[in-house]
Amino acid sequence: MALSPERIAELKLHANDVRQGIIRALVAAGSGHSAGPLDMADIFAALYFQILRHDPKNPDWPERDRLLLSCGHITPVRYSAMAYAGYFPVEELLTLRKFGTRLQGHPERLRLPGVETTSGPLGEGLAQGVGMALGAKTDGNDWRVYVVTSDAEHQCGLHWEAVLTGAKFKLDNLINIIDRNFIQIDGSTEDVMPLDPLADKYRAFNWEVFECDGNDIAAVIEMIERAKQTKGRPSVVIAHTVPGKGVSYMEGDYTWHGKPPNREQADEALRELNAEREKIHA
Amino acid sequence: MLKTQEFKQVPTRNGFGEGLIEAGTRNKNVIGICADLAESTRMEGFKKAHPAQYFEIGVSEQMLVALAGGLAAVGKIPWIASYAMFNPGRSWEQVRTIMALNETNVKIAGAHAGVSVGPDGATHQAIEDIAIMRVIPHMLVVVPCDSIQTKKATILLSETWGPTYLRFGRDKSPIITTEETPFELGKAQTFREGDDVAIVACGILVYNALVAADELAKEDGIECRVINNHTIKPMDEAAIVSAAQECGTVVTVEEHQIHGGMGSRVAEILAQRHPVPIEFVGVDDRFGQSGDPAELIEYYGMGASSIKDAARRAFKRKG
Repeated sequence: MALSPERIAELKLHANDVRQGIIRALVAAGSGHSAGPLDMADIFAALYFQILRHDPKNPDWPERDRLLLSCGHITPVRYSAMAYAGYFPVEELLTLRKFGTRLQGHPERLRLPGVETTSGPLGEGLAQGVGMALGAKTDGNDWRVYVVTSDAEHQCGLHWEAVLTGAKFKLDNLINIIDRNFIQIDGSTEDVMPLDPLADKYRAFNWEVFECDGNDIAAVIEMIERAKQTKGRPSVVIAHTVPGKGVSYMEGDYTWHGKPPNREQADEALRELNAEREKIHA
Repeated sequence: MLKTQEFKQVPTRNGFGEGLIEAGTRNKNVIGICADLAESTRMEGFKKAHPAQYFEIGVSEQMLVALAGGLAAVGKIPWIASYAMFNPGRSWEQVRTIMALNETNVKIAGAHAGVSVGPDGATHQAIEDIAIMRVIPHMLVVVPCDSIQTKKATILLSETWGPTYLRFGRDKSPIITTEETPFELGKAQTFREGDDVAIVACGILVYNALVAADELAKEDGIECRVINNHTIKPMDEAAIVSAAQECGTVVTVEEHQIHGGMGSRVAEILAQRHPVPIEFVGVDDRFGQSGDPAELIEYYGMGASSIKDAARRAFKRKG
């Protein structure tokens, strides 16, 4: 069922909130990653405000869908989406990366309810998602497992062990969403270690493949809804994103992968995001 | 408490296989996952007894840990089996992050540990695994002394919450305990009384330590206390300290590198709480090689005669 224009506008406003939360958290922290969190804001808004079966007031609800963030370094986007979804106060985002915080530089399950697994070391999230999805199948549970992965972590061997295993056990309750932004710390993924043709690789591993513009909320939701219909094999949604999306001076620039904005840059980013907000309202 | 007559020879891995079947019968959430070594790790029996609780994932040891982490997160109690050299040897970072930092109830079965693997040679002889596991916070590390104790440990660990490493071996080794011998995690066992030298051993070398102690009593009149120190982490500090206080010197014995192993932990405890002379029996900063298990144990200085020599040195150092 297609979403109404009003609902899509609401979700865009949620994504805008998530981006503003990311900028505020990063500038307060004085370190962290900018490009990836910003480019995944639309997908996390879609997940937390439309797709996931979850209850922010009961993060341990056994029937919840499991959302694993494999590339833990983009965790500001998850924290921000969780805060705006009601898991914890939005002001807590300003504690990101500070001593004693629940919002560790890379997310830890034991510190923040709602985080499904500790992550940061790359290439490990899909493998754990395969375990959870297999456990759900074994017990006849109907909740789903969503895993968000980066494109560059497809250079890890363990990730492909997980791709093999997911296909072996026919995990149609598992959806891998790839942040295909083509950047990593040392440059373009295709220069550092080429990944294309990525879709063909997944097809060859017996996965159902979907592709979309990862910064188009309606397209993201449509593709994930289609992926949920897949039977007998796991699905991957290759979401093409623009690194730093929503902040003009960061967009497409890989040097923003691993650094935060300074105060002036953050103010400029927030001005842009507020202007975008007005446009959505209009 | 101990067997006193003939010693039946059975590999410790058999005890793991039997214990896992029993654990899987007691609790259907006990899961077995293997990386293409079901027969030699002795998971084969579990696979036959509990097919719905068994998963085979091929040669992918990092996946073993991560898959198990996911299953544990949804309430399963997964045992993951491969050779210790690869599990946890190949998967150390996954063990640290997914099992320990993330605190999941995953159990590693590290088979074929030690040089007693024999003819397969150095690539397959894990002699660094105790060191890399005992350094990780929250990790329970257990090295049983024979197949009966390995069976008991497997059942008990299945019912004990927490990330766990169980180490056992390939070759036949003497059964020195009985079904009635108590086994308690974190509680070292005195298998022979004596106040001249304390021999603190783990794994299949506890038997060699007992042989050495008996011979030393006859040959030199030195009475050794022999302690089966099966729980490396958390170690029974009280037993170690009182052994040092009452005997005045300690010999540690393990089928592992001297550097960083069980003996190193004993030394850490005693350096802080009751310094005494310590001699270390183990592999001295070398790799193994192909050969018969018994000749390799002798060659690398872990036979009964090497333990006797170490005990004599320790006794002399008491002054």
